[in-house]
Amino acid sequence: MVQVLLTGSMRALAGGQEVVELEASTFKEVMDGLRAAHPALAPVIDRGVSLAVDGLIYRNSWFTEVKPDSEVVVMPYMKGG
Amino acid sequence: MKNIHVSTKVNGDEMEFICPPDETLLDALRGRMGLSGAKEGCGTGDCGACTVVMNGRVVASCLVLGAEADGAEITTVEGMSTGDKLHPLQQSFIDNAALQCGICTPGILVAAQNLLERNPDPSETEIRYWLAGNLCRCTGYDKIIKAVQIAAAEMRGA
Amino acid sequence: MNFISKTKADFKVVGTRVPRPDGVDKVTGRAMYGADITVPSMLTGLVLRSPHAHATIDKIDASKALALPGVKAVVTSADLGVPEDDYLRDVQDNCLARGKVLYHGHAVAGVAAIDMATAKAALKLIEVSYTPLPHVTDVDAAMAEGAPVVQEGRADESVPEGSHPNVTTLQEFGHGDLDAGFAKADKIISRSFKTAATHQGYIEPHACLASVGTDGKADLWCCTQGQFFVREMCAAMMGMAASQLRVTASEIGGGFGGKTTVFIEPVALALSRKSGRPVKIVMTREEVFRATGPTCSSSIDVKIGMTNDGRITAADAQLRYQGGAFPCETVGMGAQSAFAAYDLDAVRTQGWNVLTNRPKEAAYRAPGAPMAIFAVESVVDELCQELSLDPLQVRLINAADAGTKSSYGPTFDQIGLKATLQAAVEHEHYRAPLGENQGRGISCGFWFNFGGNTCVSLNLNSDGTVGITEGNPDIGGSRASISMMAAEELGIPYEKVRTIVADTNSLGHNDVTDGSRVTFAVGLATIEAARDAIRVMCERAAKVWGIDPDAVIWEDGCAKPSGHNAGAFDPMSIEEIAASASDTGGPIAGHYEVNAEGAGVSFGVHIADLEVDPETGHTKVLRYTVFQDAGKAVHPDYVEGQMQGGAVQGIGWALNEEYIYGEDGRLENAGFLDYRVPVASDLPSIDTVILEIPNPGHPYGVRGVGETPIVPPLAALANAASRAIGVRMSELPMSPPKLLAAITAKG
Repeated sequence: MVQVLLTGSMRALAGGQEVVELEASTFKEVMDGLRAAHPALAPVIDRGVSLAVDGLIYRNSWFTEVKPDSEVVVMPYMKGG
Repeated sequence: MKNIHVSTKVNGDEMEFICPPDETLLDALRGRMGLSGAKEGCGTGDCGACTVVMNGRVVASCLVLGAEADGAEITTVEGMSTGDKLHPLQQSFIDNAALQCGICTPGILVAAQNLLERNPDPSETEIRYWLAGNLCRCTGYDKIIKAVQIAAAEMRGA
Repeated sequence: MNFISKTKADFKVVGTRVPRPDGVDKVTGRAMYGADITVPSMLTGLVLRSPHAHATIDKIDASKALALPGVKAVVTSADLGVPEDDYLRDVQDNCLARGKVLYHGHAVAGVAAIDMATAKAALKLIEVSYTPLPHVTDVDAAMAEGAPVVQEGRADESVPEGSHPNVTTLQEFGHGDLDAGFAKADKIISRSFKTAATHQGYIEPHACLASVGTDGKADLWCCTQGQFFVREMCAAMMGMAASQLRVTASEIGGGFGGKTTVFIEPVALALSRKSGRPVKIVMTREEVFRATGPTCSSSIDVKIGMTNDGRITAADAQLRYQGGAFPCETVGMGAQSAFAAYDLDAVRTQGWNVLTNRPKEAAYRAPGAPMAIFAVESVVDELCQELSLDPLQVRLINAADAGTKSSYGPTFDQIGLKATLQAAVEHEHYRAPLGENQGRGISCGFWFNFGGNTCVSLNLNSDGTVGITEGNPDIGGSRASISMMAAEELGIPYEKVRTIVADTNSLGHNDVTDGSRVTFAVGLATIEAARDAIRVMCERAAKVWGIDPDAVIWEDGCAKPSGHNAGAFDPMSIEEIAASASDTGGPIAGHYEVNAEGAGVSFGVHIADLEVDPETGHTKVLRYTVFQDAGKAVHPDYVEGQMQGGAVQGIGWALNEEYIYGEDGRLENAGFLDYRVPVASDLPSIDTVILEIPNPGHPYGVRGVGETPIVPPLAALANAASRAIGVRMSELPMSPPKLLAAITAKG
């Protein structure tokens, strides 16, 4: 199981949970798992999210490996200047 | 409006063109004489990207009419280098990383060249005030000022 | 062969100050920017813009304009489809308004004519019937009950019920127990801040030339930070296959984030399609101010608790940003970056985006971060004053470090903040004496830095020199840096490499030049492309020598046998391998395509000395020093250039620059005379101290550097001004009237 940390405004859409536990080994499985467990998160995920795995931020990358002890944080999709 | 026939000298070359009376020198240079080194950043004389020298004076060519060029001598950035040799200011700007995007560079070079012709040994403050009419948004001016100082020193020694 | 995976430490080319490859073109006037191209039979395009801040468009009648001799086409939103995708539709509706104009200057129609005079005359003949609507331009006013609704139904699921329809998103970050944290504080300060919208202020106005053939094939030349993004947006709006639209990026005269989207490009394409002729559109400076992206203006509340010995116990911020008339996510990045410099047990940020009748925000260098960090760093400074603590020591005590759970969620890997703060503490500037009416301010700054989609092709020429094709417009000297990294990896001189920025047909997709990503991501792809080519070159040498490719190593631009067991062969140089390529198997190239990750965040610290004239409120920046962790500085001159240029943009934001709106909802200062960016005589030298703490996510340790430097000046100067006059300054810009009012109010 991977512990996925949700940022504040996503928590409200996941029944107030800060941490969601999922079976997942990749970025995509985390997204699919979140969508299944909390359908209210689907529009957020569909618009695009970034994922921080052990401190590194991934703007995309479905197959980025996520390990059971990885720190996984779902964040809004980011752009720069 | 009747077009005007203009005879002028640009970078030492005799040039002729025909333009409407309300056309700017900048548009005439860029559109009729094929000299696109001077840039339009604002069209109101505030940014200095269109700087050229006319009869020895630094002017914003967006505020000068093409018709005013009749009988005048004009220098643009295209006239700075000689053959395959860059002007010391041009070389200094490259060597000292005094440009990033480069859009303000032609105007700044022309203005700086005119300064050094008037004053071969300007202080930092004099350079900063002379170039205050030339906006640069990339560099913070630091390397531009240093490049002018280094070129000035080299030109005094040469 | 195997490549060393650990970060490289000994460099021959990287870290030197070589001349930039675009230098001669740029100092001689030869470089071709957006407006510098002309083609035969070209038409001049102009855009008709809204005279109202907010109005419905009841009717557009172009018949008189079309009847004018020399007018070849008029287009409106009716000439484009209605995209289903929200984002694409917003971008398109900003290029040509559909149904409603949402701000003064909003594009309504485009016209193409044989020359500028005819196009100008035609604009006046397009008849648009409007019904004006109430407007709102202030962020707080737009959230208040009864405020005019800019767009209905744009709130996402995060917005609480009962919010004003102008509120489109609420983004929240943080961790820990705020109440418990504030209970531990000896001193708590709450303060509200406002910052004005500022413009990127690139000196080159947007310009493009579009040519659409009757066979549907199209070419577009434009100044942009991302030709692939331009193609994606324009092809979708035009209903074209991406393969049929080739976009070429011109030299770019500054961008700073503002050229990461499209404005006139779809209009020029639509006009060209309709007229059957090439159409060139060049914006005026006034159009750039009125209708391209400034950054957000903001209204921010910050509350921070601190112990008497300087430990922050809790931190809370409410951020309200307006990014114009379309939904905008920038506040989220402000909310994430606000407290990034600190190691906190209890922290919360809430960011609200609000619609107003202003132009659509475009990214501006570290979008969202400068204003958030301004507010936070101001309160930290005030706490230091109240508790008589040294502001740099307080930041060191609380600084985020490797292993810190960041305020926005993830745990930091190696970061250079403490080393940067330490460098500032040790610098002579921090101890230099100050005179009367002078103050010294410091501030930390932060940016995330991105990687992203990147393609690089590297071709070995028959004489052993190398051509590199990459897809990111060069705005800060990246062609030089990329050539340097290729030369380093191949072990050949920099002068043997030439890098070009390719059009959209020449490479796979590249993300825009944004997020300080290019030197990092394109550099990474270049190194990997070089390694790809090296593998081939080693195989060729192995074939010639009749040995196993694994027994060949690459060193100093030559293939060599890996040891005595491999055989006694003289090294085979890249020139020899290139010369014999057709005999040994054909042309040699390397390429690499990646969605680069591992960019590594960036921190900086600025020290500013400011003098305030108590009689006039006029300010003078006396001294300024920038400290920043650059990872490995590939070309130190250009790293310094980023630090200096970013700092000066921040200085402008702090002291002078602002969008000023009248009661009528119109921008009152749409020109460089009244929107005053810093000029050379306003400034001292900007001193720089580069720290090089390698980024573990890049083979050479490179970190993005371009965006962080715009962040700290806002608070550094506000803190300096506040200390100079003895009044806390909480509104930007600190123009002379505001400072004078503060001085007068103090008495």
